Amino acid sequence: MSAPSRRKFLAGGALLGTAGAALGAGGLLDTPTATAAVGHGQGHGGGINGATFAAGATVDHKANGFNPTQVLRDFDYGRVSVSSDGRTMREWDVFATDKDIEVAPGVTFPAWTFNGRVPGPTLRCRQGDLLRVRFVNNSAHPHTMHFHGIHPAEMDGVPMVGRGVISPGESFTYTFDAEPFGLHLYHCHVGPLAEHIARGMYGTFIVDPPEDRPAADELVMVMHGYNTTFDGEGNQLYAVNGIPFHYMHEPVRVRRGELVRIYLVNTLEYDPINSFHLHANFFDYYPTGTRLEPTEFTDTIVQGQGQRGICEVRFPKPGRYMFHAHKTEFADLGWMGFFEVSE
Amino acid sequence: MAADPDATPHPIAQRTDDSRATESGTVLRLPVWVLATAAAGVIAAALIALALLGGNSLPERNGPPVEELAVERTVLSPGAIELTVRNTGPDPVQIAQVFVNDAYVDVAAGTDPINRLDATTVQLDYPWQDGQPYLVSLLTSSGVVIEHEIPAAVATPDPADAVGLMALLGTYVGIIPIALGMMVLPLLRRVGPTAVRVLLALTIGLLAFLAIDASIEAIELSGRSGGAFGGPALVVLGAGLAFLALTAVDRILRSRTKRAGSEAETGLRLAVMIAIGIGLHNLGEGLAIGSAYAVGELALGAFLVIGFALHNTTEGIAIVAPLAKHRPTLVQLIGLGLLAGGPAILGAMLGAAVDNSELSAFLLGVGVGAIAQVIVQIAPAMRTRSGQVLNPATIGGIAAGVLIMYVTGLLVTA
Repeated sequence: MSAPSRRKFLAGGALLGTAGAALGAGGLLDTPTATAAVGHGQGHGGGINGATFAAGATVDHKANGFNPTQVLRDFDYGRVSVSSDGRTMREWDVFATDKDIEVAPGVTFPAWTFNGRVPGPTLRCRQGDLLRVRFVNNSAHPHTMHFHGIHPAEMDGVPMVGRGVISPGESFTYTFDAEPFGLHLYHCHVGPLAEHIARGMYGTFIVDPPEDRPAADELVMVMHGYNTTFDGEGNQLYAVNGIPFHYMHEPVRVRRGELVRIYLVNTLEYDPINSFHLHANFFDYYPTGTRLEPTEFTDTIVQGQGQRGICEVRFPKPGRYMFHAHKTEFADLGWMGFFEVSE
Repeated sequence: MAADPDATPHPIAQRTDDSRATESGTVLRLPVWVLATAAAGVIAAALIALALLGGNSLPERNGPPVEELAVERTVLSPGAIELTVRNTGPDPVQIAQVFVNDAYVDVAAGTDPINRLDATTVQLDYPWQDGQPYLVSLLTSSGVVIEHEIPAAVATPDPADAVGLMALLGTYVGIIPIALGMMVLPLLRRVGPTAVRVLLALTIGLLAFLAIDASIEAIELSGRSGGAFGGPALVVLGAGLAFLALTAVDRILRSRTKRAGSEAETGLRLAVMIAIGIGLHNLGEGLAIGSAYAVGELALGAFLVIGFALHNTTEGIAIVAPLAKHRPTLVQLIGLGLLAGGPAILGAMLGAAVDNSELSAFLLGVGVGAIAQVIVQIAPAMRTRSGQVLNPATIGGIAAGVLIMYVTGLLVTA
């Protein structure tokens, strides 16, 4: 608000240092003090208790067609068969669709999706498997599937190389070997690239090592955002697995003392980095998951777009522990949640 | 062809005469109300048909909905921010979530979309700090962000508590300076007719400056909330209506004066008109002061009072200038002072209670129209015996008036 000239003139009086006492107005304005959030009863946040959406409001997961709580442990191993050369062959059908998603209570985002969800399905295999991903473009826009991993150029899913862009109504089967083992991702690679990614076209691609990792409660967490204004200058909402603040309402339930393995992927568009911080506990960190030895024992890691890594943690004590981006702005705009550790 | 029209009527004129004769004859003479009703009916039917059929003949707008909101009022109380939000765009807007300084907040914004020109209140649970700036971002159901800036958070005073303070403030900035200005009356009685003319010219200069200053301020204010109610046109509307209304008041007073026929009455009439004009101006000015107080922008203090004494005392001089040749009663003088200064009190109270930029702009416009009318009133009184309105003396007076306002304005801004 810009003050009209007369107000500026009035305010100018203050510059000359004349006390307001002349009109006996002193003490009229109380210094505000923070008040505790008034009993909404459930959930977390509001006022001094931290960021939150409007109290009591949640999105319609059913209409969205996915629920972040289920996305956590939803691993898609594909249709398994044996290839002609005796290897394990895995086949998937992945459909690109345009879909309106309620990304925050009352806020609709016109997403472009893989299999109707954001993030797309978590495709999982073992090193050396033969992979056949049949991609069907049911969207009104051209798309591709570009996998991170080692594969031939014509299977890279970028425009003008191999099959290139898959136009609306067309399909293509990406065929390649699963290597190297580790935690990877896939996303659309059609221009304008930032928009195709920011609209929701990304997912997790896990290649297990030849020998299984130790048994654990395994979770997938894809860190991302929604630029609801489409101005390409940052995001209005930040989330893990599709819905901001979701795990504040539905904490991630794990058991005390059990090994928890988090496949953490950053696909966030527009912001240079993202981060992950776990409260009151430390984890082993395996960048990209391509080595079986951790590089760090920490409670905070930072990832650029496309970076990913595996976090392994055992919670020694029961209770509620927050996890969130340690870029507080992202946390306050939706990227925060709770672990609920029980016996 | 210089034919005598009476002798040989023009053919067309003749035809016109004929048709008139038929109409006024016997058969087609319908009462006016029947014709008016029929005409209104035909227009209404055509409009309805156009709305039903014409609307369908055009394609839908191919762009996304246009979502516009204007924040009309911000009320800050400890731990809470309340916004009064009006939809100034063409399409309904649903506020879904709100973030303040990049953090989502618990919000109560109503569950229904806000329709065009409707308003709603948005309540935010947010522990704001005194004096800090905040950016409130309203996230609509379509993902559009509409931002509202709070330049410096200050607890909004309760209008009920502010009534006494605003009355005092209005007295200081409205009534006292005008009373001071009116005290030059005894001096005026001693000076000659030329000096009075110069003084009237000076008054015109003062008023002209006020009118232009207020116009600029009003137009700036009017654009603040999206202009759904007309923006600058609202200022022109206020000014136009005030000018017409005051002209009507003047004509009524004038006809009475004519009956009384005294020169003293003419002077008093002019003084009353000037007082009304200045009063309407002070209403808008008081409103601006009250609003500034409500948002914590008003620096209260002795300097405020002195600044206004300098600036507004001239208004008092303007009122008594036409009274040089008469002896008004004390009651008349007090009445004139209250007429001119009293509205400042009313305006300040109103401004503290409803911080509405469009109302402020409209009332400032009213003040501008009123001042313009007063200038029109005073101008003939500057006429010399030879019939001149503008002569070196009066031109000098006008220039001096403009300069005085400019300089006193500068002094108080510094």
